[in-house]
Amino acid sequence: MPLLEIKNMTHHFGGLRAVHDYNLAIEPGQIRGLIGPNGAGKTTVFNLITGIYKPAQGHVILDGENIVGFQPYRIASKGLGRTFQNLRLWRHMTVLEHVKLAQYSKITYGLIGAFFGTPKRRKEEAEIKEKAYSLLKMMGVEHFADQIVINLPYGAQRRVEMARALATEPKILFLDEPTAGMNPEELRQMIGIIRQVRDTFGVAIFLIEHRLRMVMELCEQIQTLVFGEVIAEGVPEDIRNNPKVIEAYLGKEIIV
Amino acid sequence: MKNTDLPEAGKQDTFRTSLARIPLLGWLIGALVAVLLEHLTGLRLAEALLLPKVPVLFGLVTMLKTPLLIPSSVFYVLLIYILPTFIVARLTRPLTNRLSAGLFNLSPAVSAVIHLGVFYAALHLWSEISDYRVLTVKLTLIAIMLTLSLNLINGYMGEFSCSHPGFMALGAYTASVFTLSLFTDSRMFGTAVFQAGYGPFLFPAALILGGFTAAAGALIIAIPSFRTRGDYLAIISLAFMFIVKSMIENMEVIGGPRGLGGQPDYANLPAVFVWTVLCVWMINNFVQSVLGKALNAVRDDETAADAMTVNTRQTKMTAFMFGAFWAGIAGGLFAHVLRYVNPATFGIQNLAEVLAMVYFGGLNSVYGSIVGAVSMNLLGEALRPLEIYKWIIIPLLLILVMIFRPAGLIAFKEFNVRNLIRPRG
Repeated sequence: MPLLEIKNMTHHFGGLRAVHDYNLAIEPGQIRGLIGPNGAGKTTVFNLITGIYKPAQGHVILDGENIVGFQPYRIASKGLGRTFQNLRLWRHMTVLEHVKLAQYSKITYGLIGAFFGTPKRRKEEAEIKEKAYSLLKMMGVEHFADQIVINLPYGAQRRVEMARALATEPKILFLDEPTAGMNPEELRQMIGIIRQVRDTFGVAIFLIEHRLRMVMELCEQIQTLVFGEVIAEGVPEDIRNNPKVIEAYLGKEIIV
Repeated sequence: MKNTDLPEAGKQDTFRTSLARIPLLGWLIGALVAVLLEHLTGLRLAEALLLPKVPVLFGLVTMLKTPLLIPSSVFYVLLIYILPTFIVARLTRPLTNRLSAGLFNLSPAVSAVIHLGVFYAALHLWSEISDYRVLTVKLTLIAIMLTLSLNLINGYMGEFSCSHPGFMALGAYTASVFTLSLFTDSRMFGTAVFQAGYGPFLFPAALILGGFTAAAGALIIAIPSFRTRGDYLAIISLAFMFIVKSMIENMEVIGGPRGLGGQPDYANLPAVFVWTVLCVWMINNFVQSVLGKALNAVRDDETAADAMTVNTRQTKMTAFMFGAFWAGIAGGLFAHVLRYVNPATFGIQNLAEVLAMVYFGGLNSVYGSIVGAVSMNLLGEALRPLEIYKWIIIPLLLILVMIFRPAGLIAFKEFNVRNLIRPRG
């Protein structure tokens, strides 16, 4: 049984057909890619699965459970972590606080602990802090721990966001354009990080990307989305040579 | 213990560094000595300086009333407060540093309690000089509770709530009805149920009941307004404030527009002080926990908070009700300090004052709330002789703060008790 299975998912915005009859099956530990031209509905697919929108039709089955209609925070605590295309960090909070807060669902001390500062709270917060540090260290940004996040360079902010997503202990990690706005050097590092994350935590990774070079190098399976419909699916080699993909996505000339 | 920001010992003591090395305990002991001095010599010094009486609020009122007495008032403040505090704090520096180091190593909690004790002693002695001072201190402490609890909603959570006077009214009336009906013979509620002697011990129960009533009111607002973000809360909470006010005005049982008076004298200075400390402590605990930080995440980006497993709706509702609870407690204390309440007190004027204190002091900050509440209150009292011009000066000040520090004087600063009470030698 796949870890995440999506069957016949369809969604409309008013009269606009955003996603039509979308299917997907992700196995544990797999790295998969979703490509497509601007406005193809890639981020909409992410938002439908993670619960920001509720699909009009279809099933989203995570670990054998249909999660359609669940609140986003519940879907997230069931093991579906994500990052955002435009970062969405909390601008007044420090780096450490970001990674601590993403462990929100693990907290058991409750309001009593929050109001009165009980020993249980101190113990739990110390554990949370330790885990946060280890994730920051893994992403190589632990020296920024006490800084306000918006003061960090862009590449470091991306890493913080990744650490934050990992802190929710996901089974599948959704990455929405993880290398947007990065230079070639940062891009190389990000590819390394994504592989490392998969190998260390055994999470499956589902990513949206514009840079084909990266998708081709990283992903085991790739889907191509055009106007809300999957027009091609397969291993990188097939996608690269699929005439429909080349026409719809790359135009008439081969750039890859 | 971090000591990196301090100058190294042995280097030449400039005036500033020598002051920076005095621990908080030293300042508090200095202040205690200063107020003791005022007790012993204040009246005679005031007479010698040709002042009509001991200046009540650091001479500010006297200065504005009769400008001729400005030099005398300045002298008084200098001789009674400033010089003794500085001299004692400086002279006892080695001692207080060793003392606070010892206490800190023993237990920071014990040390914090002792600091509070010394602070309270100084406050108590200072306020004992006149009833006016006692009243000012009590109202200032209540203002701190109100400001901080509103800051929780408007600052930490970043939603705009206008219902604080309503919560305060709910707390004030609930606590008043509780104490009036149980412990006093009143025209409205008949004879006392319990002996009056139990009253002071059950006063906390009255306040907490008032707090819960306010929190229940908050729940009514929270259910419709936290489904989505936006201006809903501001509008609904403003409506709630007016509903509470006119509801009370139309309830003859509790006095209607004439108000409710004769509350027993339970809210003495120690009681108000303890409740204020409790309020600051609990709210500070809350906002520093991961559950409290979730408020900041909701404010800065709610979608991201949701995606990071934060139950945003529950977070917002909890914080809103918690803030309302403390507004209710503050209302109950307010009613028992003035020993009279009427619905007109809890209107738009009160709202404007609390909002001003929050935004003047600084959003998302416990320090800010304390500074905002204390400075606005003292300023309001001190500028009283200017009469109508007071309402020109205070808003002007507020505008200036908004221009130069849009988030308030001390915004986004964590209230770090350990850092406050640590030794500095």
